[in-house]
Amino acid sequence: MNVLSVDNLEVEFSLHHGGIKAVRDVSFSVPHGRTVALVGESGSGKSVTAQAIMQILPKAARITEGAITFRASGSESPVDIASLAPDGEQIRAIRGGMISMIFQEPMVSLSPLHTVGNQICESVLLHQQASRQAARGIARDMLDRVGFPDPDQAMKTYPFELSGGLRQRAMIATALVCRPALLIADEPTTALDVTIQAQILNLIRDMQADLGMAVLLITHDLGVVANVADHVVVMYHGEIMESGSLETIFRSPGHPYLQALMRAIPHFDMKPDERLVPVREIRSSVGSLLQKDRKTSLGPGSLHLEVNGITRSFMIRNRPLFGKSRTLENRAVDRVSFNVYRGECFGLVGESGCGKTTLSRILMKALSPDAGSVTFHDESGATDVLGLQDEDLFGFRRKLQFVFQDPFSSLNPRMTVFDIIREPLVIHRIGDSDHHVRMVRELMELVGLDSRFLNRYPHSFSGGQRQRLGIARALALKPELIICDEPVSALDVSIQAQILNLLKDLGSELNLTTIFISHNLAVVDYIADRIAVMSRGRLVEIAPKEMLFNDPRHPYTRSLLGAVPFPDLDKPLDFDAVMDERASDPSAWPHPYRGGPADNLALVDVGNGHHVQMQVEIAR
Amino acid sequence: MIGYILKRILVMIPTLIVISILVFAIIQLPPGDYLETYIAELQSQGESVDESKIAFLRAEYGLDRPMYQQYLVWASGMLVGDFGYSFEYNLPVNEVIGDRMFLTIAISVVTILFTWMIAFPIGIYSATHQYSWGDYGLSFIGFIGLATPNFLLALVMLYLANVYFGTSIGGLMDPEFIDQPWSARKIISVFEHLWIPVIVIGTSGTAAMIRRLRANLLDELQKQYVVTARAKGMEERKLVRKYPLRMALNFFVSDIGSLLPSVISGAEITAIVLSLPTTGPMMLAALQSQDMYLAGSFLMFLAVLTVAGVLLSDLLLVALDPRIRLQGEVVK
Repeated sequence: MNVLSVDNLEVEFSLHHGGIKAVRDVSFSVPHGRTVALVGESGSGKSVTAQAIMQILPKAARITEGAITFRASGSESPVDIASLAPDGEQIRAIRGGMISMIFQEPMVSLSPLHTVGNQICESVLLHQQASRQAARGIARDMLDRVGFPDPDQAMKTYPFELSGGLRQRAMIATALVCRPALLIADEPTTALDVTIQAQILNLIRDMQADLGMAVLLITHDLGVVANVADHVVVMYHGEIMESGSLETIFRSPGHPYLQALMRAIPHFDMKPDERLVPVREIRSSVGSLLQKDRKTSLGPGSLHLEVNGITRSFMIRNRPLFGKSRTLENRAVDRVSFNVYRGECFGLVGESGCGKTTLSRILMKALSPDAGSVTFHDESGATDVLGLQDEDLFGFRRKLQFVFQDPFSSLNPRMTVFDIIREPLVIHRIGDSDHHVRMVRELMELVGLDSRFLNRYPHSFSGGQRQRLGIARALALKPELIICDEPVSALDVSIQAQILNLLKDLGSELNLTTIFISHNLAVVDYIADRIAVMSRGRLVEIAPKEMLFNDPRHPYTRSLLGAVPFPDLDKPLDFDAVMDERASDPSAWPHPYRGGPADNLALVDVGNGHHVQMQVEIAR
Repeated sequence: MIGYILKRILVMIPTLIVISILVFAIIQLPPGDYLETYIAELQSQGESVDESKIAFLRAEYGLDRPMYQQYLVWASGMLVGDFGYSFEYNLPVNEVIGDRMFLTIAISVVTILFTWMIAFPIGIYSATHQYSWGDYGLSFIGFIGLATPNFLLALVMLYLANVYFGTSIGGLMDPEFIDQPWSARKIISVFEHLWIPVIVIGTSGTAAMIRRLRANLLDELQKQYVVTARAKGMEERKLVRKYPLRMALNFFVSDIGSLLPSVISGAEITAIVLSLPTTGPMMLAALQSQDMYLAGSFLMFLAVLTVAGVLLSDLLLVALDPRIRLQGEVVK
């Protein structure tokens, strides 16, 4: 029996210049107690479909055709949601009561001004005949079931006091407290770290079995789909490309789009020289200006950047209204040392809050560390980066450039593309305006963009194109080393493949050294030569990538690798292994990896350039 | 919490001392003093000036003493509730201000309530019905309210009130009650006259508030947590009240700080046009004639109210917003 069946759904957005059909002729059904995954890139209409099912479409959108038949259980008569008024009593009884929804950003999906308990109780009071007292009891039980260690305390906390994972758990508790027949999960784990993602997916599976509900999972991540879905529906440009059971979709993808999508995802068993195939390939070419003066006497493999004992703390003052104020010291980066060699791509992996961005800021001298040194080696010898001042620092900036994470906020919306890319040349007074024009054109070709677009503003470019503009700007000064901080995390998989290929090609053609920071192990595996794993401000393991993936030593690296969902049915996620949160807690690591009272942990060479953090005495 | 409040109040003390020094300096800045203005006035009327009387007055008011002594006398007097002497009225400042202060506060409080009562429902309606005819219409009226000079509106209202309701022109009560003891009829008369200044003073504030509330609420209505609440099956009106409106209140609360001083100083021009017996026109006159203690008292009132208002809005913010209450801060 189907809990939900969508038939020939069509949703239209009315805009100033006429209507746009965001969803066209979409039909699928969700069987009772099963999980259906709705897969697609951003703009494919998958979220709009979900909003239509809940009747919470934006004001400009409306359902123009089709039926959405919902049947909570066999004993009840089916309801056509598409025919209900969006704010009527009938749909409100279904919304939150029989169909619930959880969202991507647990950070903003809950009100910061109301306690978790209040927001869960609200659902109970809206849909069940319960007293306030009883509602609190039900809410408390739910918090207990979704894994809050202290549910009574959790009732009284505010969402911003919780970590991302616990926030999403609170969100799930809010959605499930009325025991809905269908849960719509809109990218529930996209904003979370891999280990947390695995835990949340596991929680949703457990709750599903517990409550016997169906799940409509909306995601762009085929790895997640392979691990939790029963049926898969693939959407593209508002239409369904392909749908079927998990087996058929993954074993024999029929539609070219789906095949292309599968080829665009980096995975761990890629051959050393295998390339990702983006859905849309970009052409890039290196011009003469960029190649000039690229030659250096220093061969690949010589030391390029030497990072030694970098430490940086932030003091957090907590001034409660009652009692004394406490100042906590938070070591964002703790005695980090590593070397980067000329021409290589050095990957830095870690979960959010592990200090990788703070470290990158220190490397480019946007932030000063409390201790440690950064030494840059080039033809003029060794430069102490952190000691640079004024003129010297200004000159050094040409050697090290940065590519930012968010392609939307890192480009000034009031500058044309030409001005954006040219700006570094103007600042460093390189060449005349004639030179600028030629250089900018070359840079545009380098990142595969048409130089006819030079007069446009950033808003007329897509996310992937903007990221390419960011890369072009970073390369304008012909730096020797670039730091990329999560350059693809805001992009769709198909676009991600484009950017990764571009960065890879540029690295070899321009002889660039790259420090690539990411939370995504598969991405780092694809692009990096050596990888460092960071946890709680410390580097716990550094190794050439084959070694790291074949022989991970540190428990944290292992749990990180174990939590990555593969888009491969033969490699299911071991949910039982990821269920505890201890993996990132240094005090829970087993013996040689756990620091003693004297904090005698250090990176120890275990052979072939493989370094693992452990107790120093043990290693000797 | 109590410690925090105490700390904030203690911080107010040096702030007020600094302000009082500034106020005193500003009043003394123009050349001459009240007596010189007075002498000039007498001479221009052709009257003789009794030098000995002037000298006596000078000594009496301490105007011949050094500046810092004058300041100390004035500042220490304020601590015990003695605000000095008004030369112009020949009365202690307390007595000059007394009744007027009461009426001013009455008008201001009613005006603030009027502003809130009109602005809140309209602001909420405009935000939740963005780009509807209702929104456009109310915004249009709001802009007219913002753009019309208060004194013009005052004149129009006076005319209308007089023609249609027979209310006497100007003032806050019928002339027969002026300087009479308070009675039931006098109070009724005050209320009959009160609505004109309230509407006149309130319109621009109301219009501004509608715009700000609308903008703040529109921002909040876009937020994800609103969709979450909608997905819970909450009724739209209840939802708006519980979540976005509560969030939008922050701007409103932080506004209270600037609201209190306007209680005293606001709407001088309107008050002059309507010849209201409030403190606004009096303050203007005191500043013009260098009636230093009267003017100084007004300025100090404003300062105290500003500082107190900021404290009040900070405390309210702490009470209303758990993020301010509970979140730690990063120290350098």
